[in-house]
Amino acid sequence: MTDGQSIRVRLNGRDREIQPGLSVHELVESLDLNPQLIVVELNREILARGRLEEVEVSEGDQVELVHFVGGG
Amino acid sequence: MDPFVDPFDGPLRIADEEFESRLFVGTGKYSDNEVMVEAIRASGTAMVTVAVRRVDLDRTKDEGILFHLDPKEFFLLPNTAGCYTAEDAIRYARLARAAGFTEWLKLEVIGDETTLLPDTRATIEAAETLVSEGFKVMAYTNDDLITALRLEDAGCVAVMPLASPIGSGLGVVNPYFIREIKRRCEVPIIVDAGVGTASHACVAMEQGVDGVLMNTAIAAADDPVVMAHAMRLAVHAGRLSYLAGRMEAREIGVPSSPSRGMLD
Repeated sequence: MTDGQSIRVRLNGRDREIQPGLSVHELVESLDLNPQLIVVELNREILARGRLEEVEVSEGDQVELVHFVGGG
Repeated sequence: MDPFVDPFDGPLRIADEEFESRLFVGTGKYSDNEVMVEAIRASGTAMVTVAVRRVDLDRTKDEGILFHLDPKEFFLLPNTAGCYTAEDAIRYARLARAAGFTEWLKLEVIGDETTLLPDTRATIEAAETLVSEGFKVMAYTNDDLITALRLEDAGCVAVMPLASPIGSGLGVVNPYFIREIKRRCEVPIIVDAGVGTASHACVAMEQGVDGVLMNTAIAAADDPVVMAHAMRLAVHAGRLSYLAGRMEAREIGVPSSPSRGMLD
């Protein structure tokens, strides 16, 4: 649970402690990723790119960051 | 100008798009992204498939395919490879469309880990949902006529029967069924998966299909760039061979030179 210093989220299948109050956009940038090149799924719902800055990451959120890779 | 666009063949039309090449290529299994891009260019392809996956957060630098392939230069076709249920395929499809550059999709729902053969029932189910959501669905399927007809009924813009299992390199194992699917469906038919070498691509096109999609045959060649060029030629040759209408096959010899006029 949160101790005020950090919150726990499930990020790409792994538990991760992040600072509270981050927007999804800030989380993505903190991972050195370009928000224009990825798609965010938050708790199994796709988060439109235009909403990344307004939505805050909350304790227990399940976040998936996906992109395109080589495939046939 | 593509030198392989010639007066003997028109462009391939799928839904509301026209393609100057009948060869579609994948981007998987390349060890080197520069070789991949060079091979794609050498293939002359009009459409390039990509997969949807989690970003690997252990890597310091993003290795997404869009770093190497610009959707403005290449017609990128996201796939649902690796999905085993209609629900998963629909989830991956929606994620792909949310990237914001295409509503086209290569739908693939796998039914068996050993053969990678498609789950045709789940494929039809997913196709119905995705078409209703506005996707332009190109559906990978078995070399099965009934499934092909059902996928066409579901509103798929193209039906893509396999030549043989994905990554097998066995070539067209059932040319009769491929021909029958082509004869009976009105949407374009793209042979997808199983091509191993250039002659396979040529044989596939000689069945009268509209195109061929391949990945491993090029990516796993010793020299992918040269193989990509070979595939470009093979697809083109197979297409023209089909359009030309081949001679009748006979199981006896028939002389090409006159039998009259021989000396005593």
